Parts: sequence; structure tokens; C-alpha cells
Amino acid sequence: MSTDINAIELTVNGVPYPVAIDTSRNLSGVLRNEIGLTGTKEGCDDCECGACMVLLDGQPINSCSYLAVQAQGREITTVEGLADGDELHPLQRNILATGGVQCGFCTPGMLMSAQALLDRNPDPSLEDIKIGLSGNLCRCTGYARILAAVDATAVELRGTSDS
Amino acid sequence: MSFAVATSLDDALAAMAAGARPIAGGTDLVVGSRQGKGALPDAIIAIDRLPELAAIEVGDDVTRIGAGVTHATLMTDATVVDQFSSIADAAALVGSPATRNVGTLGGNVMNGSPAMDTGAPLVVLGAEAELRSVDATRSVSLDELWTGPGSTSANADELCTALLIPNRPAASGSAYVRLEYRRAMEIAVVGAAAAVTLDGDTVSTVRVALTAVAPTILEVTGLDAVVGSTIDDAAVAAATAASEQATPISDLRASDAYRRHTIGVMARRAVDAAARRAMGETIAVPVNRALGVGAVA
Repeated sequence: MSTDINAIELTVNGVPYPVAIDTSRNLSGVLRNEIGLTGTKEGCDDCECGACMVLLDGQPINSCSYLAVQAQGREITTVEGLADGDELHPLQRNILATGGVQCGFCTPGMLMSAQALLDRNPDPSLEDIKIGLSGNLCRCTGYARILAAVDATAVELRGTSDS
Repeated sequence: MSFAVATSLDDALAAMAAGARPIAGGTDLVVGSRQGKGALPDAIIAIDRLPELAAIEVGDDVTRIGAGVTHATLMTDATVVDQFSSIADAAALVGSPATRNVGTLGGNVMNGSPAMDTGAPLVVLGAEAELRSVDATRSVSLDELWTGPGSTSANADELCTALLIPNRPAASGSAYVRLEYRRAMEIAVVGAAAAVTLDGDTVSTVRVALTAVAPTILEVTGLDAVVGSTIDDAAVAAATAASEQATPISDLRASDAYRRHTIGVMARRAVDAAARRAMGETIAVPVNRALGVGAVA
């Protein structure tokens, strides 16, 4: 296995980060270890569970199975990019309010899938929400409260934009 | 491992001539390496930013779908949904939203899995794969392309650049259905695609191809005999032929006997849905969700 090192720049939550990494490194590992943003989780490391979900140019990807070098020049959004300073994003506030967080390991990935869904569909049906979150596994909550949090957020954000 | 981003198709082909392997979404290549199926190639050329590979062009006789078109585009593009519905049905079932955003048609085809979802639809629609190298461009039938599980007849320096699909006649429709245990991140237990053309109430052409019941996608033969019969009779004949011709394996997902039985059920449902579309009925993509085939919520 060769160890070609690439000096690249990754833009995460609007901030450019220069990193020197082996070209075979996955994006989630670089986000967590080189850049220090540990909100993104590695669950299965196998593209099954969605704990590593981040947005690439606004679209969800499994960052555990995406080469970090391939994300160069694109906008990466992680869960740390949701809140506005100390003010939680409505998705974060609502998932806490509905009880959609138990162990919390799936939560960052759930939030990123939900964010991508609401960005392209501000008025999702329950079926739309289930499909939007279908790449994310949760072993604690039974999902109902997570779905409720996304629905509540959609209602809240529509109310804001309609007024 | 060396890595470069192709800035043009010629750039990508030159890199492949020098030994690089292409990567688009990486949903097979990178996932496979992390599962230990094989190390990453020594040299990778990224082809996911090439607009030449991402276009869907409707010609007079043939529609050209770029190999870099993602599943997310295939399941929503108006031309694909209306004219080549079975491809949209299949793309909508692949993985999860994350998989569909970066996974591509060309990647699905060239990975060569007998369980690929877009393969059976492409076969029943008569698609050919366009393969390009620095020196040449050629089109091959999918039957010639797929030589076994995970293997193709493409040379190492050839890149699949497009799938070429004959435009559909009037009064025709296609559909893909899949047996699955869950609705996302799933691999077909078995699947079937059908393309049907009608002459009034009777069937004038029918093609059926099967997913995950043979070393490669398998087209059902002998269906010429159903020409002129009713849709119901054609569906039953397709089901019987599918179960007879399948050569499924037993693995942790299903036994060979279960696959042999259920492939007939899927073939029948695919023919039925394709015929209903040929009659002008709107069945939303994917058929699995619209008709309640496969896993329920």
C-alpha cells in the first residue's frame, strides 16, 4: 500500500481547513481526527447505518465511505454547522423536545439527513420523512419521535417563512 | 494510492490508459475496500465532475444516458420516468438518499453484480453500453458486457461513458419490481423487469429480465410464444418461464427454492405493471411503493 500524501483544503461549515492526508483516508476520519469536528460519528464504517452522514454541496453522503480527497472544492456541512452560535437549529431543538435523542449516536446523522430533506422539500409527508431518513439507523428510539421532530420542524420553518 | 480529478473526458481516458481506475460516487469501490473485499486501486481518477458523463440526451432513435448520471437524477428525470420507467423504478430502490446522490448508472452497470437494480431494466429496454478508450469508442450489448459476478468484458483502459437505449414505441411500458426485506440499504433478494408493447388488448412484444437469480442478469427466453395473448396470459407465462430458467443460489438472504418461487411472482407483477403503463395508466415510481410490492413500512 503506497502512502501518497496529498496537501488539500477542505471547506467545512464555510471554514477552509488545509490538511495533509493519505489519499486513501475517508472523509469522516479526517473530519474527526485532522479537523477536530467530532460531531460526525463512525458507526458501522460500512455505509449501512448513516451515523457518518454529512452534506456535500447540500446533499447527504456517507462520509465513512467517501474519500476525503474527493471532497476537495466542495462545501461540506457537518452537524456543527447547524447551530447559530449558542442557538440550536430548530431540528436540534425539536429532536430534544420530542425525546428523539436517547444514546445520541445516530443523532448527528439523522439531523443532516433531515436538513437535506427539508432543504429540498419544505412540506414533507410522513412517507417523505421516512424516505429522507431511510439511510439512518437508530437502535434506541423506535424512530417515531425522530419523525415527529422533523415534522414539527417543517411546520415551524414554514410558519416562519410564510409570515 | 495516487488520486487525481479528471478535468475532461480525454484526461480520464489518458489516466485509465496509464492504469488508473475510475471513481464516481465510490459507493461500491470505497465501501468494498472498507469491507475488505479488495484494496483500493494504486491509482484512482475521479470522473464525478465531468459534465460529458452527466447528460441525458434524447435523439431521434436512441436516448443516451451518461454513465455519470446519478440514481437520484434517474428516479426524477422526466424522460426516464416517462419513457424508461423501469430504470427509474430501479434507481429509486438503490441504497438510501445518500447512495442515490452519488451512485451512478455507469457504476452500477460496470460493477457487474447480478443483484444490480438497474441491470434488468436496461436489458428489457435493449440498452447497449458505450465503452471508450483513448483510441476507440465501441458499443456492446449487456449480454456481451457481463461475463460473471463482478466481471465484465471491458478492457482495463475502457471507461463506460453512456448507456444507449432505443426510444420506445407507442403503447409500450416498462416496470421493475424487487423482493426485499427492508426498504433501504437493501440488496435485491430477487427482482424482475419487464417491457411490454400492446396491440389493443393483446401483447405484441414482451421482454423480461431477472435480478439475483443467476451469475449475471438473466433475460428470460421463449416469450415469443405469448405474442398475441392477453396481458394476464403473458404475465403467467413469464412467471412460469422465469422460475424455470432461473439458476439461483442459496445464501444467507434466501434459499434457492425460495428464490426460484419468488422470481416468478416478481416476473408476473413486472409484466402486469409494465402492461398497465403501456395502457396509459400512471403508476408512480417506484412500482414497489406504488403497488405495495416488497417490504412495507
